Amino acid sequence: MKLHEYQSKQLFAEHGIPIPHGQMTMNASEAKSIAEELGGRVVVKSQVLVGGRGKAGGIRLANTPDEAEESATQILGMKIKDLPVRKVLIDEAVDIETEIYLGITNDRARRCPVMIASAEGGVEIEEVAKTNPDKIVRVWIDPLLGLQDYQARYLAASTEMPSEHWREFMSITKGLYQTFIQTDATLAEINPLVITADKDLMALDGKMVLDDNGLFRHPELAEMRDLDEEAAEEREARKYGSSYVKLDGEIGCMVNGAGLAMATMDVINLYGGSPANFLDIGGGASAEKVAAAIQIIIRDPNVKAVLFNIFGGITRGDEVARGILAALKKTPSKLPMVVRLVGTNAEEGRHLLADADMETAVSLADAAKKAIAAAGAVEGS
Amino acid sequence: MSILVDKSTKLLVQGITGREGLFHTARMIEYGTNVVAGVTPQKGGEWVMGGKVPVFDTVKSAVEATGANTSLIFVPSRFSADAILEAADAGIPLIVCITEGIPIQDMMKVRRYLDQMGVRLVGPNCPGLLSPGTAKVGIIPGDIAIAGNVGVVSRSGTLTYEVLHALKQNEMGVSTCVGIGGDPINGTSFVDTLELFEADPHTEKVVLIGEIGGTDEEQAAEYIRDHMTKQVVAFIAGKTAPPGKRMGHAGAIVEGGEGTAEEKIKALAAAGVMTADRPEEIPGLLQ
Repeated sequence: MKLHEYQSKQLFAEHGIPIPHGQMTMNASEAKSIAEELGGRVVVKSQVLVGGRGKAGGIRLANTPDEAEESATQILGMKIKDLPVRKVLIDEAVDIETEIYLGITNDRARRCPVMIASAEGGVEIEEVAKTNPDKIVRVWIDPLLGLQDYQARYLAASTEMPSEHWREFMSITKGLYQTFIQTDATLAEINPLVITADKDLMALDGKMVLDDNGLFRHPELAEMRDLDEEAAEEREARKYGSSYVKLDGEIGCMVNGAGLAMATMDVINLYGGSPANFLDIGGGASAEKVAAAIQIIIRDPNVKAVLFNIFGGITRGDEVARGILAALKKTPSKLPMVVRLVGTNAEEGRHLLADADMETAVSLADAAKKAIAAAGAVEGS
Repeated sequence: MSILVDKSTKLLVQGITGREGLFHTARMIEYGTNVVAGVTPQKGGEWVMGGKVPVFDTVKSAVEATGANTSLIFVPSRFSADAILEAADAGIPLIVCITEGIPIQDMMKVRRYLDQMGVRLVGPNCPGLLSPGTAKVGIIPGDIAIAGNVGVVSRSGTLTYEVLHALKQNEMGVSTCVGIGGDPINGTSFVDTLELFEADPHTEKVVLIGEIGGTDEEQAAEYIRDHMTKQVVAFIAGKTAPPGKRMGHAGAIVEGGEGTAEEKIKALAAAGVMTADRPEEIPGLLQ
């Protein structure tokens, strides 16, 4: 789950990291009064869960409260990478002397958190990694010991900042580490961390991603979820214990198991078709669950045929067949459908489906070819 | 005939009185696995499986009473880290965790602690282990594989069953099938499993089933190039998966350009590993 800048910075502040004075708002006239309270000169920042806000014109400096209102009006009417801007953060404008990058994420290969710093702040760290990799320093943190002082000092010494700032910088690294651990985050990033003209350190921008599996420990953070983060279909699928990702092809897929669902997409592609989605219905195959999945698939107007690929293990093939038939009774569809059933009681399942005039297949290759042919026939008609 | 689990396995099931625990324990006993005990806090003293398997409150008391040497975990994700640590502290050398959805920070701590203790974990978020004809520790349907000399290691569940089924249809048997799970931080890796297969005299060739996300397959490719004498063939799922999207498994995500199927297939090819375009081709690639 991604957090907005204003939410991330609030969490940073709760862990002792200095942030600019500011406030989030959803309306432009309030932006004006916030700017007045902050002394007039402010930055109006769109709050959307995508990168590239600055380039899209979603971050503007305003010298007066009237300018702030005008900028907020414009930004609140924008879409950035297809996402509507619903909120803006009004921050006091800060005079910047130096920009630093400081972030923490998980290193999968080393199985521990890694804290990353760079003297090249204010640009995307992936960009620095490409163009100037020597400017990036990392420390790997033992998950049982936590961040140590010497590691924070190493980051400070490696980012070319004057030693008078080390103590403050080290305190910020500790705060960031605590924020990361105490929220079950998978990413916490301050970019830029600035040294101001007044020689203060401050987190000017922030970004956090939380581990969905850790949210049960943080009900207050779970409530911060922005519904724009994921498509309505993805949310709905999750409610039924399924996992859905929309793609731009024309063959809808319903599969049990994530690996098999990806393999099914790949095989459709191998034979010249294009998958419309990833959909893993997980374990079990009740009519209700299958019906919900079918509804999500056929709501996509690009879908021209549907492929079911079910490996009957613990879930039996005949159960799945009954689930599909009951679901289609509840949710009739004119789209051609191909069902591939393998494993436990697959033959019984295929008989049930064949009796109901559904196209069945034994191999995955055969199923993919039949679904592609069916989609083509629909296109031609 | 196998790695990790066989006739000497004395299995303890943590979470045995839950729906999944009861269902799969019955399947494992039918298969011939020696299930010696179950653990569910506050249910100690009860018996399950028609009075054949005793239930204990703690793993320690179960191990003391039964000599269990392997633990299988079905407890809910928020209690799983604790369950794994309890098994490790009770001296169990092999822990298999089926549960999906354990927070990644819990897994990083658990993994570090187990490494220090020298305890092996398989999973989490995995279907477990099957040594056909000998022992089944987990949820892999027993009838989809026959005994033989092919080792199978996979990050997936039903995709693994698909491959086992294809092998069986071609009358190819399996020494052991190891589901290492779909989480970003797990216990046993591809490399760990390949080492075991390389050392196992009854395994002659290996099937590796990977997917997008992380670099476990790339590390496996390096190990194969430098240390494997046995033939390895692979399938990698997710060629058509879009970047930045989690494909069902917590670990199946291409991030910052890392973890793509193309990179993995390229690394494996450089190590002499043939990768099938579809799972059904795998038996044909095994010589």
